Amino acid sequence: MKTVITSSGENNLAQFDKRFGRAAWFCVFDEETKETIFIKNTNTNSSNGAGTKAAEQIVSMNVQKVISGDFGPKAKDLLDKFNVQMVIIQDNDVTVQGIIEKLTT
Amino acid sequence: MSRPKTLRKVVAPPNFKGYKPYGTHAGTRDSVELLYEEYEAIKLADYDLMNHLEASKLMGISRPTFARIYETARRKIAKAFVEAIEIKTVYGDALLDKHWYVCDDCQTRFTIPKTIEEHQCPLCKSEQIELLNT
Ligand SMILES: [Zn+2]
Repeated sequence: MKTVITSSGENNLAQFDKRFGRAAWFCVFDEETKETIFIKNTNTNSSNGAGTKAAEQIVSMNVQKVISGDFGPKAKDLLDKFNVQMVIIQDNDVTVQGIIEKLTT
Repeated sequence: MSRPKTLRKVVAPPNFKGYKPYGTHAGTRDSVELLYEEYEAIKLADYDLMNHLEASKLMGISRPTFARIYETARRKIAKAFVEAIEIKTVYGDALLDKHWYVCDDCQTRFTIPKTIEEHQCPLCKSEQIELLNT
């Protein structure tokens, strides 16, 4: 089971990024191996459709869960269609590591 | 342990986008729009053969509301058959956000796709969750 957490930086100590389509990085956390990999969001500079492109990228990575701060309507529809669970955290002041700890306890 | 009342089953969307008649000379001039909850009402009553009370409980609505949705659904399907027009399924407005849940313990909001069995918060694992916008 893989989870994507939107991240502002390239490591576990980075702040959680509440933006979905324009998050700097996607942290992919594997619940079985407990490993994380960081994938650069290549859509941050698109003038429109960043959310949709991010959703497509996530679907193609075969992820079952996405943790972010907000999802646009198109991203929601797409993730919903591919049975990706969407999780919205309103907490600004949390690190990627902090979220992973909650997931694994 | 009994589940809180708010943990009702979420309406499952249909596995199709629509139905089209064939062998008809009329062009595709018109269509009926079947809402997800109308599809679900037909499914529960006429496919799963539940009575209206059981079905309304499963959908988390009152029995009169269920009866109204069911009646609308049947009329739409009858219209499509008789007039040989397409049936399109669309999200009901009320349902669009209906499958968003909120965790009472950590306030996380989340969806539960049909591939997930557990009705619990994905973050803190609490079972005290509620459907939003019901
Ligand atoms: Zn929770």
